[in-house]
Amino acid sequence: MIDTLVEFFQGNFWALTAVKLVAIVTLIPVSGLAIGFAELKLSAKMQNRVGPYFAGGRWGWAQLLADGMKFIQKEDIIPADADRPVFRWAPALVMVSTVGLFVVIPFWDGGAVANLDIGIFYVLAISSLSTVGILMAGWSSANKYSLMGGLRAAGQLIAYELPMVLAVIGVVIMAGTMSLSGIVQAQADFALFGWSGFGGQPIANFISPYFILQFVGFVIFFISALAEMSRIPFDMPIAESELVTGYLTEYTGFRFLFFFLAEFANMFTMSAIAATLFLGGYLGPFVDTVPWLGPVYLVTKISVLAFLMIWFRWTFPRFREDQLQSVAWKVLVPLGLANIVATAIFKVVM
Amino acid sequence: MTIEQEALKHFSEVSVAVELQTPDMTLNIGPQHPSTHGVLRIVAKVDGERVSDVTPVIGYMHRGYEKIAEVRTYPQITALVNRIDWVSGFANEVPFMAAAEKLMEIEVPERARYIRMILTEMARISSHLMFMASYPLELGATTPLMFALRERERVLDLIESVTGGRFHPNFNRIGGVQPNAGAGPTQKKAVQDLPRGFLQGARDAMDSLLKTCVEFDELVTGNEIFLARCKGVGILSPELAADFGVSGPNLRASGVAFDLRKHTDYLPYDKVQFEVATGTVGDSLDRWLVRLEEIRQSAYIIQQAVDQIPSGPLQAKVPKIIKVPKGEVYVRAENPKGEMGYYIVSDGGQGPYRLKIRSASYSNISVIPILLEGVLVPDIIAIMGSFDFVLGDVDR
Repeated sequence: MIDTLVEFFQGNFWALTAVKLVAIVTLIPVSGLAIGFAELKLSAKMQNRVGPYFAGGRWGWAQLLADGMKFIQKEDIIPADADRPVFRWAPALVMVSTVGLFVVIPFWDGGAVANLDIGIFYVLAISSLSTVGILMAGWSSANKYSLMGGLRAAGQLIAYELPMVLAVIGVVIMAGTMSLSGIVQAQADFALFGWSGFGGQPIANFISPYFILQFVGFVIFFISALAEMSRIPFDMPIAESELVTGYLTEYTGFRFLFFFLAEFANMFTMSAIAATLFLGGYLGPFVDTVPWLGPVYLVTKISVLAFLMIWFRWTFPRFREDQLQSVAWKVLVPLGLANIVATAIFKVVM
Repeated sequence: MTIEQEALKHFSEVSVAVELQTPDMTLNIGPQHPSTHGVLRIVAKVDGERVSDVTPVIGYMHRGYEKIAEVRTYPQITALVNRIDWVSGFANEVPFMAAAEKLMEIEVPERARYIRMILTEMARISSHLMFMASYPLELGATTPLMFALRERERVLDLIESVTGGRFHPNFNRIGGVQPNAGAGPTQKKAVQDLPRGFLQGARDAMDSLLKTCVEFDELVTGNEIFLARCKGVGILSPELAADFGVSGPNLRASGVAFDLRKHTDYLPYDKVQFEVATGTVGDSLDRWLVRLEEIRQSAYIIQQAVDQIPSGPLQAKVPKIIKVPKGEVYVRAENPKGEMGYYIVSDGGQGPYRLKIRSASYSNISVIPILLEGVLVPDIIAIMGSFDFVLGDVDR
């Protein structure tokens, strides 16, 4: 029965595409809601609060669903002076970038919607697309706060895209491939001076080799990812206390919900990319004999990274715009370049 | 020239300019904005993120208390003045009462003076804790808010147990204080004194408060990003501060060790030992540190006062209908926000002929446009927030 189903889907391009599409379309809201709920509960824990409690009957699990329903019921207001088409398309563009990122994440061996040879290149290109959406939102809102928020986002993108690319280059040198599945496979096959692990289990099943060897790269990537998602301490494009809510100021209802969902889903995707590059993705003990453990390991690693992001969000104040630029250009870019040189030397020696 | 005329002139200049140039943008911050502490409005000319010209617009909160006071009796005015700086309502009542008592030449019983001092310091702590909550929030850190408000709630509970009110105690009477009958745990009408357990509760609250101060040092003061945002931002020189009449913690952060608690005798501050916290540079970080230190010092004052408090009556003998003799008096006091002064002109009636209120925040924010010259937009918030003003205190 299952075999015939698998055969049917593998033979039929359109059926397979439909399945993948449904998978992504469900995964985005689910991951967004899960991380959003984790943020609500964890922040409450950090602040001596209870957090959502009543919605859904137990632990307030339905809080974000209720919020979503509320947003859908809200009036859709477009400011009179707004550039209407741009204003309307901005949230969609932000969402497109999120959807695009889900496509290449390998959940198990060969378990990506599209296993691109230039996977990481594609990720870096697509993830910047959301900033275009944010800039559109800021520009079209006809609001000075929105405009400043949008321009801040654009400035942030330029400052942080470069360190991010430099951090990724180290991994690409180590793995020798740009395909995300290939990078995970390279971590599984990793051997240090001919030593490739104990008892038939590769090193990556216990501790990710790239997390140790590319630790600098991991830190740079993580910081850049925070900046790209405009999470605290780099949330200047939103900056409630300065710019009201930045580019979101004029958005209401469903369009606001789009930004909101994209933010949380982006946390999931960026954590997934970081886990794939630096933490061995779906690798873990016994994953080659029990394949369904792969997604479990990946989600665990994503949860750890998402927890880090939430932890930062509720601990740190926010940087100033010029301080962000100087951190990016004066610290992270030189560090990234040094990391590339060191990685290249190590690769030759190894 | 009004702002509108200025804006018109500005835009006409821009439109006749032939070559391509970037006109400055006029950014209107407030009166409805998350970090203007109410309804302060700031009209800032910005070139990108750089601020060039700042005009604060005040008056959205004007309630005319000075005028209303002319048609109210002295006991009624207590309810007005504690709404001036509502974050520290009790501290506003005391100097007004002290002024009226000075005119009437009433000797306030020692126990009442101690109670006033304890509650004034509690009001100071609650006001400074409000600053500890709001300032990191303005810089983007959300969690210190909860830490500060949790402690503040303890202090407010204590104030409530004595006075029956959290923000507006309305507790002082001419000639002393009057606990509400049955306020707090004391239910018997005959006993009009501090509620049972208050003194011990104050001791416990101060112990836990001092621990929270350590938490603040760990969570906020030691934070690199916080330091990067505050250090060297909005430096207020002692001369500039003196020129604009800046007072209170903002003045002391500039290194001027001027504290009216050391110089006046409206409350028995000479019986307790405390240090005047001062800063060195006068930047936003110093203003934060001075307030943090003042919380500690206030806790020490309360601990000593609770140990020393004498027994005795809570009110001096006063006539049933209070009439203040002809004359005028000015009493100044060290409020959480700075120097608070009441100038009463009495014509011998039941209410003042004229009441002039010198409020601290009004003078404190007058220096802000000078400090905001040429800073970045995020620094507007970082500097403004560090002055810890309350709009009710600005507009009265």
